[in-house]
Amino acid sequence: MKARVVVTLKNGVLDPQGKAIEGALKSLGVSGVDSVRQGKVFDIEVTGDATTAKAQLTAACEKLLANTVIENYHIDI
Amino acid sequence: MKSAVIVFPGSNREGDMANALEQATGARPAMLWHADHELPAGTDLVVLPGGFSYGDYLRCGAIAGRAPIMDAVRAHAARGGLVLGVCNGFQILCESGLLPGVLMRNANLRFVCKMQHLRVERNDTAFTRNYAKGQIIEVCIAHGEGNYEADDATIERIEGEGLVAFRYANATGVIGGAANPNGSRNDIAGIFSDKRNVLGLMPHPENLIDPLVGGIDGRALFESLARAA
Repeated sequence: MKARVVVTLKNGVLDPQGKAIEGALKSLGVSGVDSVRQGKVFDIEVTGDATTAKAQLTAACEKLLANTVIENYHIDI
Repeated sequence: MKSAVIVFPGSNREGDMANALEQATGARPAMLWHADHELPAGTDLVVLPGGFSYGDYLRCGAIAGRAPIMDAVRAHAARGGLVLGVCNGFQILCESGLLPGVLMRNANLRFVCKMQHLRVERNDTAFTRNYAKGQIIEVCIAHGEGNYEADDATIERIEGEGLVAFRYANATGVIGGAANPNGSRNDIAGIFSDKRNVLGLMPHPENLIDPLVGGIDGRALFESLARAA
């Protein structure tokens, strides 16, 4: 089974890389860009049923994939 | 003083750290590998050196913070043992839960490598007793992710409990402003744990121990530690 974990910065946490990308998009003339926040995507192969996999991926996020001081995570199975 | 330096894949300041410890304590530290599970018996001080552990993959210090040896380091800290983390070592301490907060990308996105003045916030700790309170020292910094950040409640607690060890300053002792090289909250360059037996800092005191390289303001930190046990 394929799962996707998306880790994003919490609201209010300064994201200098996102800001730089936002500036670059604007300088390229890409219109309609109001703001950019950069995050991470993990594509993970998991075994077991969806409920078990969700619990294991939640543990993976809490233990390693996300730093919950500054980041949120979202799991799609 | 019996010290141990932890070496992770990608550490690169462990030799400088060993030299600084030997100069101050007269004894060469034990060098431990990240995959070890135990500290040598009688270890007083554990040091996490600078570098780029695990290539800074995922987040700086994230994987090293969960390495096998870190359980022993956490147990050592819980017993009141001394732990020092410099640069990547500070990042590892934050990721391992031994210190609060996180080191984010420098606000100006640049890797900074230069001499930097700091103010010593207190001198009643095992790490800083050979400095004067409020002393301005000059050491070097070399990092891309040194921007200290924590939530408002944590910052308030750190400040309220006097856990800030060093702040970025200029040569005349003015804190922050243009002297803040990375955007750190409250110009924080280093913090203590609640019991002040764990210190993490971004600057490199271990590189300022010999007049040959331009200064010896880092020596007092290691001489303080040498008196601690």
